[in-house]
Amino acid sequence: MTIEEVQNEIIDEFSMFEDWEERYQYMIDLGKDLPIIEEKYKTEDNIIKGCQSKVWVHANMQDDKVNFTADSDAIITKGIIAILIRVFSNQHPKAILDANTDFIDKIGLKEHLSPTRANGLVSMIKQLKLYAIAYQTQLN
Amino acid sequence: MFDVQKIRKDFPILNRKVNGKPLVYFDNAATSQTPQQVIDVIVDYYTNYNANIHRGVHSLSQEATDAYEQARIKIQKHFNAKQPYEIIYTAGTTHGINLVATGFTSLLNKGDEIIVSALEHHSNIVPWQMLCERTGAILKVIPMNQDGELILPEFDALLNENTKLVFVNHISNALGTINPIEYIIEKAHSVGAAVLVDGAQSCPHLKPDVQALDVDFYVCSAHKICGPTGVGVLYGKEEWLKKLPPYQGGGEMIDQVTFEKTTYAGLPHKFEAGTPNICGGIAFGAALDYMNNIGFDTIAKYENELLDYGTEELLKIEGVKIYGTAKEKTSVISFNVSTIHPYDIGTILDKMGIAVRTGHHCAQPIMDFYKIPGTIRASFMFYNTKEEIDAFIVALKKAIMMLS
Repeated sequence: MTIEEVQNEIIDEFSMFEDWEERYQYMIDLGKDLPIIEEKYKTEDNIIKGCQSKVWVHANMQDDKVNFTADSDAIITKGIIAILIRVFSNQHPKAILDANTDFIDKIGLKEHLSPTRANGLVSMIKQLKLYAIAYQTQLN
Repeated sequence: MFDVQKIRKDFPILNRKVNGKPLVYFDNAATSQTPQQVIDVIVDYYTNYNANIHRGVHSLSQEATDAYEQARIKIQKHFNAKQPYEIIYTAGTTHGINLVATGFTSLLNKGDEIIVSALEHHSNIVPWQMLCERTGAILKVIPMNQDGELILPEFDALLNENTKLVFVNHISNALGTINPIEYIIEKAHSVGAAVLVDGAQSCPHLKPDVQALDVDFYVCSAHKICGPTGVGVLYGKEEWLKKLPPYQGGGEMIDQVTFEKTTYAGLPHKFEAGTPNICGGIAFGAALDYMNNIGFDTIAKYENELLDYGTEELLKIEGVKIYGTAKEKTSVISFNVSTIHPYDIGTILDKMGIAVRTGHHCAQPIMDFYKIPGTIRASFMFYNTKEEIDAFIVALKKAIMMLS
């Protein structure tokens, strides 16, 4: 699936929720199910700065596609990462770089994009894109 | 007779809804809300007599100057300073601390010692580290115990003839501990050291008497005492303020200026360069009037009831651990629930209209001490109610259920 297709799928899923509670419960559950990053990658270097909670992200590339694993010590943050990873993992670096992130607004999580939220959603997206830039450079 | 429902009518913001729920504002230690009486003063200033002060001959300028200087006298009386010019208007607590820290650069030598407490806010650590870098002075720390109280024998042991400055907050922002500043001031003076007390968290809850305390410097911010943001005061003993050099150069702070030499104005203007926050200063005076009309004894008594009630109700919830269990503390409860991240709880509480602070509260050393990433902090003011605490407890239980 393309990034846009995955995003549309997520928008469809979130449209079924009637209130914030269902939305957040879903994110919490996603957080609990997030494939955990390997312990050896939970290093200081892999911590994303600018989050009130700790977030670790690791990336690798296989067959020209980037894969991400991540973890956080806060469960809602993990849920947000789980959504981001679903969107951006197993994609070509160029596609990651070109992707927009309007879907976050559409699933009712716009508040998390505000810099004051200090949950680092903006920093996380930036970090995923930085990895994509690095891998894109390798491919050029 | 203290009637909280009547008091609440003074605060228009308390009527608003957040995420469709009535606002429960428990982030008072970060900033307090503003009563209509203070809002009216701000509106009146800009509506009727906004002008630059101290230099205009016209009526508006006179009126603004009078109001600003009358507010200074109100503040002087509130803190029981000996002279109005011992009250320096600042942009807030951090500004006041930096003014003193910068001023001490020329008064310290290599090897001099500065003592701070382990309970400090970052704003009360970093300026001293910078001062030490500039002067070669050494920073010493008064340690704290598990209850979040300073260990006084350790403080005694740190004092010696090299100690030049002691800095401590009156009340800890992260834990609510009331520090024994009377003892600290007396001991520091016995070795000839000056004492600066950070009153940012204490001024909303008590009325410090700077002469009785014999404190050398005392700083606070208006926005935590029902006043506006961007204004505060530094109280300094006249002898100390005379010793410190000016902090910033500019208009207002000069006596004579030529390109060869400038002489500085006397107190307080020496420290008040540029056009100040005129409206803010006047509104600060109005905020103190408002608080004094209720009475600080009444405020403290009621807030203690809220603290006791909140603590009791919180501890009924399984897994709650309160950080900061000092015998002397104000209406601040810093806590965590089992291993749930404070950020998660804060996010869910916000969804239910409840404003608390989460994180390290600009006091990372305290969090490191307890080996936690942060806490949830609920802080109460006199306009909060037991019913709001009940709503907070219900919301907290729901958050715990969702997150477990």
